[in-house]
Amino acid sequence: MTTAPLIEVEKLEAWYGRRRILDGVDFSVNAGEIRVIMGGSGSGKSTLLRHLLGLHKPRSGRVRLLGVDIGRASERQMLDVRRQIGVSFQGGALLTSLSVGDNVALPLREHTKLDEATIRIMSRLKLEVVNLGGFQDLMPSQLSGGMIKRAALARAIVMDPKLLFFDEPSAGLDPVVSAELDELILRLRDALRMTIVVVTHELESAFKIADTITVLDQGNILMTGTVDAVRHCDNERIQDLLNRRPREIQVDADAYLNRLTEEAA
Amino acid sequence: MPLAAHDMNAIVRPLESLGRATAQSLANVGYAAMLLLESLYFSFAGWRIGQPLRLRAVAEQMRQIGVDALPIVALLALTIGIMLGIQFIAALSEFGAQSQVVVAVAKSVTREFGALITAILVAGRSGSALAARIGSMSVSQEVDALATMGIEPVRYLAAPALLAMLVMLPVLTIFADAVAIGGAALYSSPALNVTPSAYVMQTLALLSPGDVWQGIAKSVVFAVLITLIGVSTGFSVQGGAEGVGRATTRAVVLSICWIIVVDMIFSFFLNR
Repeated sequence: MTTAPLIEVEKLEAWYGRRRILDGVDFSVNAGEIRVIMGGSGSGKSTLLRHLLGLHKPRSGRVRLLGVDIGRASERQMLDVRRQIGVSFQGGALLTSLSVGDNVALPLREHTKLDEATIRIMSRLKLEVVNLGGFQDLMPSQLSGGMIKRAALARAIVMDPKLLFFDEPSAGLDPVVSAELDELILRLRDALRMTIVVVTHELESAFKIADTITVLDQGNILMTGTVDAVRHCDNERIQDLLNRRPREIQVDADAYLNRLTEEAA
Repeated sequence: MPLAAHDMNAIVRPLESLGRATAQSLANVGYAAMLLLESLYFSFAGWRIGQPLRLRAVAEQMRQIGVDALPIVALLALTIGIMLGIQFIAALSEFGAQSQVVVAVAKSVTREFGALITAILVAGRSGSALAARIGSMSVSQEVDALATMGIEPVRYLAAPALLAMLVMLPVLTIFADAVAIGGAALYSSPALNVTPSAYVMQTLALLSPGDVWQGIAKSVVFAVLITLIGVSTGFSVQGGAEGVGRATTRAVVLSICWIIVVDMIFSFFLNR
């Protein structure tokens, strides 16, 4: 077992036009832990996730995934990394033109030379893991929201990844289904020894599944720590988040007037 | 003082937006060129970096772009053939040159109308479908999902469409040529007092391979245009379902404009 972190982020900055989304983020995730990245809307957590997935190349700073610097990786190295990570997107992102079974089998078909029978069995096995056994012939449009998320999870773990990313597991789901999904994430870590990164703004689910929590606010990491440490932290913004308190926004009179009157956007 | 600033704005604003639009369209052309190179790269060398082109995907696209379009291409080509027959007989009989109808129809169909009509039709059918499919996939993060699974979206979505289009558009064009000449034969042979088969035989005798090649060469260029415009507008969709709708319209309008302009340029250089 190596002790090097699976994810290392150093001084990552991200810009959207003239707006800075991530402001020198340092971040690392060790093997075997469940890390929850928490933050309100607009905190930069989605942008951070897109960088971790290699969908954006960092403009400044470094992102190392499984030891590979994804800003400088070759196509081949990138492919190797991607075969070892699984991603479950917020809306599932199942290919609508393929059946559930074909969706789950897609990574196996594209990246392995296994025969069709083996692929079928392996993808059905993963569907069983997420309690969707027997649903392989349905199309994604015939599934409910919770089922889509579970099918997406099955596709994410079909290659037995070392590292699993989960974007907003409970968004848009009722409390029971999202609790089931939390259980599933815990089971995956225990049964398959995956390292899991979950991005969420749901406190309850975050506290239930996390080993460690990173709190992101306005492009900065406020703190990284265990569930208890986060709960008892005396940072005001973190407590706002935990207690659902609205932010106290200080109005700068000059800036306010300027925004109202300025002509060029 | 504020007035002067206002005046300046009145001049600067349009210039600014003109500059922005120019830069944007240059960027679009560059993006399309990059897509073309990447698609060709994945088609012929993708297997070397673990991104092989799937022949099944190409065959599926060939069916959608080519085979499924046969009935409508046949219908339109037949109509165009009859229409050309009507017009040429009417126009040429004014000079008593009715017998020239055969060569006029043969050359205008093979050099111009076969390729043009087929391309416009395929742009409407398949160019828009490509933009809509890829557009809705990028909106629902399916394109991102493909990328994170280690499946290059260009290889999976664009390359099969490009290859299928490059094969099927010329084939459809030859088919349209044949049907249009058949249509012209049906209408014109009674007026010319010949049998339809004699009309077709005469057409074959009058046509040179160069005429047919001209149409085919154009259709290859049209194939590249339709695919690149469809795929690139699809990949750059922003703004949900409405964005997909806008991209679809944009793909069709842009493709047809480019097809007609490029057709004119081609005709100019090939007939000098």
